[in-house]
Amino acid sequence: MTATMPTAPPSPSAPPDDLTVGRLAGTTHGAVIVGAGAAGSLITVALGGFKWGWALVLAAIFYIVAIYVASRIVEDRRQAINRLATAVMTMSFVIVMLPLASVVWTVASEGWARFDATFFTETMRLTPEQMASQRDGGQVGGAYHAIIGTLIVTGLAAAFSIPFGLFTAVYLVEYGRGKLARAITAMVDVMTGIPSIVAGLFAYALFVIFFGAGTRSGLAAAVALTVLMTPVVVRSAEEMLRLVPNELREASYALGVPKWKTITKVVIPTAIAGVLTGITLAIARVIGETAPLLVTAGVAQDTNLNPFSGRMTTLPVFTYNSYKFPTLPPDASIARAWSAALTLVVIVAILFTISRILAAVFKPKGL
Amino acid sequence: MTTIEQPLDQPPDLTDAPGKLGDKVFGGLSKGAGILILVTLAAVAIFLLTEAWPALTGDLTVLDGGDTLIEYVGPLVFGTILAALLALVFATPMAVAVALFITHYAPKRVAQTLGSFVDLLAAIPSIVYGLWGITVLAPLLASNVYPFLDDHLSFIPFFAGPASTSGRTMLTAAVVLSVMILPIITAISREAFLQTPRLHEEASLALGATRWEMIRQAVIPYGRSSVISGAMLGLGRALGETMAVAVILSPADVYSLNLISNQNSNTIAANIALKFPESSGLEVNRLIATGLVLFVITFIVNAIARRISNSGFSGADG
Repeated sequence: MTATMPTAPPSPSAPPDDLTVGRLAGTTHGAVIVGAGAAGSLITVALGGFKWGWALVLAAIFYIVAIYVASRIVEDRRQAINRLATAVMTMSFVIVMLPLASVVWTVASEGWARFDATFFTETMRLTPEQMASQRDGGQVGGAYHAIIGTLIVTGLAAAFSIPFGLFTAVYLVEYGRGKLARAITAMVDVMTGIPSIVAGLFAYALFVIFFGAGTRSGLAAAVALTVLMTPVVVRSAEEMLRLVPNELREASYALGVPKWKTITKVVIPTAIAGVLTGITLAIARVIGETAPLLVTAGVAQDTNLNPFSGRMTTLPVFTYNSYKFPTLPPDASIARAWSAALTLVVIVAILFTISRILAAVFKPKGL
Repeated sequence: MTTIEQPLDQPPDLTDAPGKLGDKVFGGLSKGAGILILVTLAAVAIFLLTEAWPALTGDLTVLDGGDTLIEYVGPLVFGTILAALLALVFATPMAVAVALFITHYAPKRVAQTLGSFVDLLAAIPSIVYGLWGITVLAPLLASNVYPFLDDHLSFIPFFAGPASTSGRTMLTAAVVLSVMILPIITAISREAFLQTPRLHEEASLALGATRWEMIRQAVIPYGRSSVISGAMLGLGRALGETMAVAVILSPADVYSLNLISNQNSNTIAANIALKFPESSGLEVNRLIATGLVLFVITFIVNAIARRISNSGFSGADG
């Protein structure tokens, strides 16, 4: 390091034997940031009008170049590359956060317009008066039927896949040995990779054979979601059950407790925090699935409480349909699409918070 | 004294124990659930094949868009792979940079929050990303970027133009897909980078390496196989992603490398979502056949990902 230390100090006033010699001073760094920002803004103004986006992009490029050059002059090549890497990492992070923040912001601001009581209490079965009001730009109609549909379909899917997934995980961790367990592990991997639209097509194909062509029902949608949700439950539950220390199982066996009671009273309660977190996240993942519901449950204008027959609207499909096939004029329909999107994001965020709380509340003590 | 003959992790043989029936029932249920996984997967393959069969064997000339299944599905496969690969190319370097930023640059206290924020973004429904893409991103790119690409870079086949004014192009779709798969790749890379042995990092720093040199010497080699399998997982997700593409892309029945025009190869999944609700008869069978093709493609990609992550090089033994 000392051998390659350049001779030029960062500023003439620094004493020669100071430890900061050969290091970029904080003030220089600050000057580079301000300079890059100013240069970026000035060039945007010069090229015809100040725009935030272009000014920031240019400033970022100037900063990356300037910090490298400054470090190259004051420090050495290795430090310069290190600073370049730090700058690039930070910039990438900011660049990535921009679209993600924009998604959240757009959904919140666009969805807020119709995020009202009518939206949560009315369906799309509009009366003639409401139709007329909609033609004049009135904000009518809601997603009550879609919310009910989402609850029914997701609830059924959860009712199928939670026991299914949990028992499979118990088998893999506690019982499974040999070929069968290996085959199941491999097939769970394959299932994890099934595209959601393919799961939808499977459920459609299954129900067509029993109920005839063109069939649509909430149950078919639930089956499609089960195919998507089960592997997620198996994976997370398996991981959590494997974390339970073997000493606990052995202690239980030593007391003469049968295996199934050991599993239900010792193993699962110890892992319950992780298992519940995994289940909540799995629900959060499937609740926003659109494609499989589009091909299995379809769209209806009114509430359908019977999952065994008839079309059933769900929130994601409602969002898609309101946007893709808007009413005339489209404004009311598109406002409903955004509110439904906002509702979905809020539900996912709530499920996320619940998973965090569950993890904290059921955290096993003393482990 | 008798020796213990059974391995310790096996329960003692409690033939007369009161829990025997319970054990049988519980063990049976568990095994049944495991076998049901195999049955489900077999059912997926069988039912898809059954419903796709008329399209695989029948005469497709009565339908629009290609006389044979290959002719019909060709542009779709092309579009699917093009969109997913572009998304992967955009997302992977960014995801690795973000994962490194969260694990090695951001302050410890903030890192945790940033990590869970990224996890949350992975769970935002795809339809929401689709709406955002068509409402915010497409107009933005169409007014600021595409005219520029068309004017100055149209000698590159990707930007041949004419530039779309609506922004409903392959490039927009690929950018939205990359935004969607980025949290997935980031989450997996972050996990791997966090597990880099602390001693490797400290040894590197103690030898005088800068932070970047330490990352290159210790962190990246350790996490490489995880990053690759994360990227493959992201690719699998991008291949099967439906709604965002269905909302954004303005499709045409063509093979097109042109990323900024109105004539784009559609993807398999988006094509199914767009056509399925209005289809009947043989058309449905043909769409299910394309779904089968998609299933095979993602299966291959995931198999490769698994192979990489299983046989993966880990810095721990190097």
